[in-house]
Amino acid sequence: MIETILISGRTIDQGATLEEKTSQAYFDAAAYCELNEGNLEALGVSVDQNVKVATAHGMVVVPAKIDKRLPDDIVFIPMGPWANAIVDPDTCGCGMPGFKGIPATVEATTDPALNMKELMATYKE
Amino acid sequence: MPVIKDVVCTLCGCLCDDLEATVEDNKITKVGKACKLGRAKTMGPFLHERIEKPMIRENGELKECSYDEAITKAAEILVAAKRPMSYGWCSTSCEAIEKAIMLAEETGSLIDSTANVCHGPSALAAQEKGAPSCSLGTAKNYADLIIFWGCNPVHAHPRHQTRYSTMAKGAFTPNGKKDKKMVVVDPRNTDTAKKADMLLQLKPGTDYVLIEALRAIVNGHEDILPDEIAGLPKTKVVELAEMCKAAKFGIIYFGMGITQTRGRYKSGDNVASLISDLNQITKFVMIGMRGHYNVTGFGQVASWETGFPMAIDFSRGYPYYNPGETGTNDVLMRREVDAFITGAADPGAHFPQESIKHLFNIPAIQVDGYANPTTEFSDVVIPAAIAGVECDGTAYRMDCQPIRMKKLVETTFKSDEEILTEMIAKVRELKGNGANGGA
Repeated sequence: MIETILISGRTIDQGATLEEKTSQAYFDAAAYCELNEGNLEALGVSVDQNVKVATAHGMVVVPAKIDKRLPDDIVFIPMGPWANAIVDPDTCGCGMPGFKGIPATVEATTDPALNMKELMATYKE
Repeated sequence: MPVIKDVVCTLCGCLCDDLEATVEDNKITKVGKACKLGRAKTMGPFLHERIEKPMIRENGELKECSYDEAITKAAEILVAAKRPMSYGWCSTSCEAIEKAIMLAEETGSLIDSTANVCHGPSALAAQEKGAPSCSLGTAKNYADLIIFWGCNPVHAHPRHQTRYSTMAKGAFTPNGKKDKKMVVVDPRNTDTAKKADMLLQLKPGTDYVLIEALRAIVNGHEDILPDEIAGLPKTKVVELAEMCKAAKFGIIYFGMGITQTRGRYKSGDNVASLISDLNQITKFVMIGMRGHYNVTGFGQVASWETGFPMAIDFSRGYPYYNPGETGTNDVLMRREVDAFITGAADPGAHFPQESIKHLFNIPAIQVDGYANPTTEFSDVVIPAAIAGVECDGTAYRMDCQPIRMKKLVETTFKSDEEILTEMIAKVRELKGNGANGGA
């Protein structure tokens, strides 16, 4: 397990699949977690193997990807349902939840990643 | 083959207005000059599954119905609610936004835009300190120092650099990039940073600290600063401050790295203060990199209709505004609203988990062209034409310039404006004050 900081944000593939959020293309564009090489090695995880990313606000399983330029203390998940499963909902009284800079842990897992509909279904109370 | 020129792209806040769309048999088969985002958006209606029919959820399943039935059901939900909320309306025309605000007023709703999870804090910052700005045309022609702070235009605004900023050849920068300096401030070494003259890879959440340090240096107080600032060596921060002072015309384009991190609107507020300080020495401006192509338009229309740019509460019978209280995510997390309507936005994909949980508990209405995570909790789903492709209208670029969107093909889908106009009439009918009555 590594302790890290989660940042979510736009990517061009996430933006290019906005109109097809029920598709595999959108899943591929938005459901992953980027780590640098050292962190992938520390977790014993290869690209496309699943990792469990957890914060104080939830947990999500997504495939791992590599971004060689990421600092050791940052992981990145594209904006979308998978990142938002674990971002900080607190708006600090100004309307805006915390979509960036969230303390998180990442660990290897054999659990499957949920598709969009499965993930949304977990919110039914 | 008819080619429609000067087509306006309706994806991001750049609103590029030079696309060329080839139309064959009422379908767009090719889009010239667009980036990957613009091509996907403009050709989307012909490539992806649409919401083909209006639908109402019965026993957990969405069942097809007529437009009239869906609009009537939506009106009934809104009229019956004690605390309805309207959200989104940013990937649509200003004409539709005007109707969305009218519907909110008619139903005593809260209404908020996608700025709630985007540049809402920038609006608060502008209200506190102002936002010295200019048009993208002025920026293109004059700016010789371009700072991308907490934004990644290579991914989010792909043509920004060639049309308006770093690569664009301007009247006073005839050699394009050779006449300009480019700086990126971001915790990640992004694809945008690859071509930057300087990357300041600050620690996450320390933007406010770095802005404050730059202000100290610009104001001649370099000596009070520690050797390390926001995880960066002081020398590098001093270097950036000197670059800013030496620029003839500088601009800070800022994104979610400012609005969504620690400090929220106070960081944007401090950017405005830095700009103000720099304007004592040279010329400096700031522009928020707006995401949804017409989120700027929502701010404009809402401001002239209600006096406020977002997070407006009509429950008192007049517009009330206090974003930390009346912002969409705040009211959802307080589980305060009892009905929800959203259009031209996807809160299901872009809200935190705690907000979405409440959206599953209350009646929700979706107006959109495509199925998406919001459809999963919506009880009434109303398909809409895609503005800028299937219907025309006005949108505002990120620099607040209004641009007229074209209609490229015919459609049988109703526009957001038509759907909302019919819903307002139905609401007035249900309230018993007739199609032309009401406030």
